[in-house]
Amino acid sequence: MNEFFLGAGIGLFVLVFFVLYRVVFGPGVFNRIAAISAIGTKTLIILLIMGIVYGRVDMFVDISMAYALLNFIGTLAAAKFLEMEKQS
Amino acid sequence: MITVAIILSAIFMLGGIFFFFTATVGLLRFPDFFTRLHATGKGDTLAVLLCLIGIAIYEGVSLTALKIVFIAVFMAMAQPTATHAISKAAMRTGVQPWRKGGNRE
Repeated sequence: MNEFFLGAGIGLFVLVFFVLYRVVFGPGVFNRIAAISAIGTKTLIILLIMGIVYGRVDMFVDISMAYALLNFIGTLAAAKFLEMEKQS
Repeated sequence: MITVAIILSAIFMLGGIFFFFTATVGLLRFPDFFTRLHATGKGDTLAVLLCLIGIAIYEGVSLTALKIVFIAVFMAMAQPTATHAISKAAMRTGVQPWRKGGNRE
């Protein structure tokens, strides 16, 4: 079962690199923010899978929770900032 | 030892990784910003919920599983909110939606 979770983590890690294309070449700033939010969501699952592989889920679940909160706040703050910058 | 909980957890994890894959394909292939947000906003939410439920089943009944369920509830509320906020900001800033026959960005 450990090998299954390791394979799942590697698959998600490869998907992160495909999303990274949209971060680097995406036209406009909104495409980049949406892609960074998608990468943050994948990182949340990768952190939990790392916890299972290392046998320390009780520690990694707290890091994962903090990452979910920071990803949400960061996306919201970037959206509000871009909206206010255009209106002023 | 293969038990029912492990098989159920593996099924949930494989479903989650499938929906992550489809969301990534949509993010790379769709023609403009709003259609890409449609792919990632819904696909990533479902995928993260399936993956978290799979990991919680693998952990069994414990405080860690309770925290994982809390993350799942939080993501189910936060991900649509973030998608709505960023799409409202793009609409007010003047990003034009894609029409049929238009240029792909």
